Amino acid sequence: METSRDDFVIAIRSAFLKKETKQRFSLLGLVFFSIIFLILGGLNFKVINYVKIAIKEIVYRSSYIVSGPEKFIKNSHLIIQEHLNLYEENQLNKSKLETLQSKELLNEFVILENKRLKLIVDDYIVKSNETIAKILSDKQSPFLKSIVINRGSKHKINLGMAVMDGEYLIGKIVEVNYGTSRVLLLSDLNSKIPVIIEPSGTLSILSGTGKEEGVIQYSKKENLTKGLSIVYTSGSSGLFKSGIPVGKINGDSLTTKKTVKFFSDFSQLEFVTIVKFKKADNQ
Amino acid sequence: MSILQNRNFLIKITSLLPLILLYISVLNTFDFNYLGLKYFSFNFSYILIFYYNLKREKSLGYTAIFIAGLFNDVIVGTPMGISSLIYLLLCGSAVYLRNITLRPNLMKDWIFFLVTILILNSLSFTILTLIFDFEINYIDKLVNAICTFLFYFIFSYLFNLVEVFLLGSSDAR
Repeated sequence: METSRDDFVIAIRSAFLKKETKQRFSLLGLVFFSIIFLILGGLNFKVINYVKIAIKEIVYRSSYIVSGPEKFIKNSHLIIQEHLNLYEENQLNKSKLETLQSKELLNEFVILENKRLKLIVDDYIVKSNETIAKILSDKQSPFLKSIVINRGSKHKINLGMAVMDGEYLIGKIVEVNYGTSRVLLLSDLNSKIPVIIEPSGTLSILSGTGKEEGVIQYSKKENLTKGLSIVYTSGSSGLFKSGIPVGKINGDSLTTKKTVKFFSDFSQLEFVTIVKFKKADNQ
Repeated sequence: MSILQNRNFLIKITSLLPLILLYISVLNTFDFNYLGLKYFSFNFSYILIFYYNLKREKSLGYTAIFIAGLFNDVIVGTPMGISSLIYLLLCGSAVYLRNITLRPNLMKDWIFFLVTILILNSLSFTILTLIFDFEINYIDKLVNAICTFLFYFIFSYLFNLVEVFLLGSSDAR
């Protein structure tokens, strides 16, 4: 018994303390170093933060280059799939276009009327600054749904800015480096945004699931989201303006979990718009 | 002469192959989401680090593994240092197994690898959720660990095959 314990200690000591011929550091030394790095990073130690920013800048650029072949394969696969579905998609688009054309006229009228009414009730109109960014890396592992974009603090990007794909909200800025930033997508488990579900007008919180959809949380009115309910930002947090389309409630899962299918396909993003909303003076 | 030069080149490439593969695997964003395989994910870096520390002790330096861990944290978005810690502990367990093994056996290595990745995944899960307030779906983490475990068997054969093909030597410690 005593001998086997000795063997265990010798084997462990040899594994963690012994340096191989070309090794500069022992395993134990590096383990301690990574723990110290982790603790100091967690405590926002200034020197570690500078090191982190430098490493991030290098890694994001390198990752963009290294991911080139994989992106090529991915894009080729998507192009082939699109070609195969071309006929069905065309038929669907034709029918959608007819409906949309009729809705557009009505929409224009409603926007103008809304602006006029806002001025009457002395509400503010939101103005926005937009920056277009290219996606450097779209790491969407099951544990983290985020993208890295080629705009950073030198392009006046700030934490919390809204990130949109066309007219649809896709996430917000959670990390800003000098020339790059990280966007936390709405589908990430850690993403939570205040939303309003129309036409019922229910206020709620949209949380990510780590999958491709979101889930409505803290909504007491169970039957209010029946049918094709659309989820918009409510503007409660002050970061996003109200009324940005996010997704629609999946009709099948009304009775159990209210999942939200996002309008934007996060796996096919190439360029995004970073938007900062601010109040405009009423005229 | 040229045969000898070719041979030297092959030896150099083979010795650098694990390092190149490790950095490619941490720097690229490869996943199978676009193929519709939602729950399919495995950690290639774990397999690579464990295999090469167990079988070819000099092919991956600890410092290189530490830096690869930092790179992985940047790409994945986890607090910097956590992947390095996990990778180095994985190295430690592989070296420990190498020290206590007299007769190498793939099945035993495979089982030891499973126990190691389960412990290390639990450790990273605990640190991320309890200390850094990350929300992680443990089912996904478990599926990832199981797939990594299953793929170890295939990749250990592949790595061995590549070395035999390039160098003409069989698996010997």
